[in-house]
Amino acid sequence: MQTKKLTTLACAAAFAMLSGAASAQISGDTVKVGVLTDMSGTYSDLAGAGAVLATQMAIEDFIAEAKPAFKVEMVSADHQNKADIASNKAREWFEREGVDTATELVTTSTALAVMKVAKEMNRVALMSGPASTPITNEQCNDVTVHYTYDTYALANGTAKAVTQQGGDTWFFLTADYAFGQSLERDSSAVVTANGGKVLGSVRHPFPASDFSSFLLQAQASGAKIIGLANAGADTTNAIKQAAEFGITPKQALAGLLMFISDVHSLGLQATQGMYLTTGFYWDLDDETRAWSKRFFDKHKRMPTMVQAGQYSSVLHYLRAVQATGTDEAGKVMAQMKATPIKDFFGKNGRIREDGRMVHDMYLAQVKTPAESKYPWDYYDIRQTIPAEEAFQPLAQSKCPLVKK
Amino acid sequence: MEIFGVPSALLGSQLLVGLINGSFYAILSLGLAIIFGLLNIINFTHGAQYMMGAFVAWIALNKLGINYWVALLFAPIVVGALGVLIERTMLRKLYKLDHLYGLLLTFGLALIFEGIFRDQYGISGQSYPVPELLQGGVNLGFMFLPIYRGWVVVAALTVCFATWFIIEKTKLGAYLRAGTENPQMVQALGINVPLLITFTYGFGVALAAFAGVLAAPIYQVSPLMGSNLIIVVFAVVVIGGMGSIMGSIITGLGLGLVEGLTRVFYPEASAVVVFVIMVIVLLVRPAGLFGKA
Repeated sequence: MQTKKLTTLACAAAFAMLSGAASAQISGDTVKVGVLTDMSGTYSDLAGAGAVLATQMAIEDFIAEAKPAFKVEMVSADHQNKADIASNKAREWFEREGVDTATELVTTSTALAVMKVAKEMNRVALMSGPASTPITNEQCNDVTVHYTYDTYALANGTAKAVTQQGGDTWFFLTADYAFGQSLERDSSAVVTANGGKVLGSVRHPFPASDFSSFLLQAQASGAKIIGLANAGADTTNAIKQAAEFGITPKQALAGLLMFISDVHSLGLQATQGMYLTTGFYWDLDDETRAWSKRFFDKHKRMPTMVQAGQYSSVLHYLRAVQATGTDEAGKVMAQMKATPIKDFFGKNGRIREDGRMVHDMYLAQVKTPAESKYPWDYYDIRQTIPAEEAFQPLAQSKCPLVKK
Repeated sequence: MEIFGVPSALLGSQLLVGLINGSFYAILSLGLAIIFGLLNIINFTHGAQYMMGAFVAWIALNKLGINYWVALLFAPIVVGALGVLIERTMLRKLYKLDHLYGLLLTFGLALIFEGIFRDQYGISGQSYPVPELLQGGVNLGFMFLPIYRGWVVVAALTVCFATWFIIEKTKLGAYLRAGTENPQMVQALGINVPLLITFTYGFGVALAAFAGVLAAPIYQVSPLMGSNLIIVVFAVVVIGGMGSIMGSIITGLGLGLVEGLTRVFYPEASAVVVFVIMVIVLLVRPAGLFGKA
């Protein structure tokens, strides 16, 4: 009897040690990357299936380059832009399916929900799609990386450039939810700081399809610039209708969050001359063209900055796993933060202690139909905003992880 | 001059914009009201059929070279024919059952159609140019009115009143109304009632597609354009009185105006004002403003 008990204990101890040893390595000898994105809603063109493809490409490239001793797998799911669906899925992935990192997470509310689950389960969250700054401020944690862009960088690029070039009176058309308000707030601050004046704003319901009433109010304000603090279909409809009501070109529009997919669907006729800030443009240099061409061959559309950022973030993560030989979130995060990012996407990139990946951003102006020489030839890059200036300075951060 | 602190020019322009939106509500709710009034089907596919009207116009222009004016006729015929097919093969089997079954079937169909177009064209949609003849605008003094928007009001109202006239004032309309009251009796008089009903559904659907073509140059042609609108249109039908033809036209225009005013005084509420009115109307006059209790 006594012997039997002892044997059981010994076995238990051995198992405990075994699993302890394993946890310092890679659980199940497999690294699982979960892509949690909008597959069918408003943001599915800028993230969606293209983000899944970018992840696949990152995994394939990583395996070819590093020949890892572990397996790399991908799972993906549609979060439908709903925070509860996103956090439930992430929990299921982490608890039952051994997923090591939840990625993409377009729509701020889903991102905020998943980063809490990731913290609780000690897994990594890689955010390429969401825009709001609370991810690396009030809500920040040590397992989250905010990779591609945020509302601060957008405002800092577009609003600053437009104000400095003489567009010094603004009226905002704002989507009435957290993201729109955050974008309006950040942009107003930039306009005022650069000597401009905000004459007013109107909050429209989200989503809306008819903007004529709001545009007429913007017109009546007499502001030189109408700032569109919205995204996706709201932005495209507002731009289209502004032209219809003869508002443009008398007053100019500034799209505060525009993706190349929006420009593509609206066409250059409607968007020409607009300024926008982007973290990536496919036609920037040989490296971006080479990668984007591979992407285009499979997806039949050029990548948005979210999709390109998704590739870069997953590759950076997998390299960190390879370097540390573990998938434990803390060690991988330390390695990711210690390693600068140098690839076609993240020029001069590094991950700060608040989880913000800072990299060069670009101020682009949309070409006229006459200037556009080949398909997807849409942007004129007017200015490169250096990584250190593009994002919110650490000194202003409200993230408790930042040592002051 | 100012009215409640709002310049009267701004107020005037908002009322006009409200009237334009009201024309869309009117023509869409009219189709719904006809289908409900004569078939007792709550047609949840209406929004998707409106979207398909816009897409057929876009495809016609870009793939077949069919211009806007032809598309105004072509798209309603194509989408209406699809409606006839749906009525013949599916809806027909549900007339004897509770309203709920028709609602579920048409809702399911709407999701399927939207899914197909989303898969084919993506969510951001496509841009349809304003036809050359209607480009530009006129300065009305208090606002710049795009000619195209003016055309939308004229076209929508003409179609609405023509429809009302056919149903309420012609022999064909009389057959239709009689056929729904007492199908056996009308059948006994030698009139093909099932054919009449099929025709009615096809016509209601064609109205939705016609609105879709009208909308294509204004809104981005996207798979979800209908689902954003259809809920408001249902509220319009409920306020006007289910099945009331004139009620749906007048309510559509009226609510467009109310919405326009809300956008001046309290824009955040402009998405809900229609539903607030709906609640009040349901409490005071459950059959709707123009419905028979």
